[in-house]
Amino acid sequence: MLRRIVFAVVAIGLVACATYASFYVAPEERTMGAIQRIFYFHASTAWAGETTFFVCFVANLLYIWKRKPQYDWLGLACAEVGAACITVVLVTGPIWAKPVWGIWWTWDARLTSTFVLWILYICYLLLRTLLDEPERRALLSALFGVFAFIDVPIVFGAIRWWRTQHPAPVIMGGPGSGLDPVMKKVFFFNVLAMHVFAGFLIAERYYLEKTRHGVELLQREAEAR
Amino acid sequence: MKNLNSIFAAYMIGWGVFFLFFLSVVKRSADLRDEVERLKRSAFKEK
Repeated sequence: MLRRIVFAVVAIGLVACATYASFYVAPEERTMGAIQRIFYFHASTAWAGETTFFVCFVANLLYIWKRKPQYDWLGLACAEVGAACITVVLVTGPIWAKPVWGIWWTWDARLTSTFVLWILYICYLLLRTLLDEPERRALLSALFGVFAFIDVPIVFGAIRWWRTQHPAPVIMGGPGSGLDPVMKKVFFFNVLAMHVFAGFLIAERYYLEKTRHGVELLQREAEAR
Repeated sequence: MKNLNSIFAAYMIGWGVFFLFFLSVVKRSADLRDEVERLKRSAFKEK
């Protein structure tokens, strides 16, 4: 219990410091002005979401290979936290886009592939509610999770492969791209904070699933008596 | 600061989504704890 409380305090402390840095340490961007500060929250949450889906993918593969329920719990925890992250990305993106582009949304490659990613993981979570038998549910959702992950590299590559409405990448974007050094430090601090925060949520969700598994065993035992 | 409302909305809605998600985890944990208590009580009655 103490470990969980310490993890929560560290995660919340980090995101509080990162938010402070986004507003008071990072300089104001010349063309967009203050609205650009959404970038630190929006992009770092997107990175945390994609890392979370990668862990989900690995957990799904491990479940298919080893059939241990722990991998199923991890896959589920990551899918839920990743879906929450992408929900935040899909909400903060249009709020940033409206004053800058003049439109809330456009069906360009990056936005559409991110929306498809969100739909895929919502389907992953819905699929789990439709299957009652635990082993069958774990296996089918693991297979679907592996398939859903195909969209993650497409989201990553969308702004590199196609010229879209969404800005070109400023990190790992090749020659001509880049960020002001202070902005870069603040951004990577936000990335670290969001990853720790996502890790905290995954740990909490994993613990819940582990407890649920224990309760289901107890219920089966009680029914058998 | 220009567009302050938009920045405020983005951060509030974003953190609101995470808060609601965490709240749902807490609620589901509390429901499971109740279920464990119910199972314990029924096992105790059987004894």
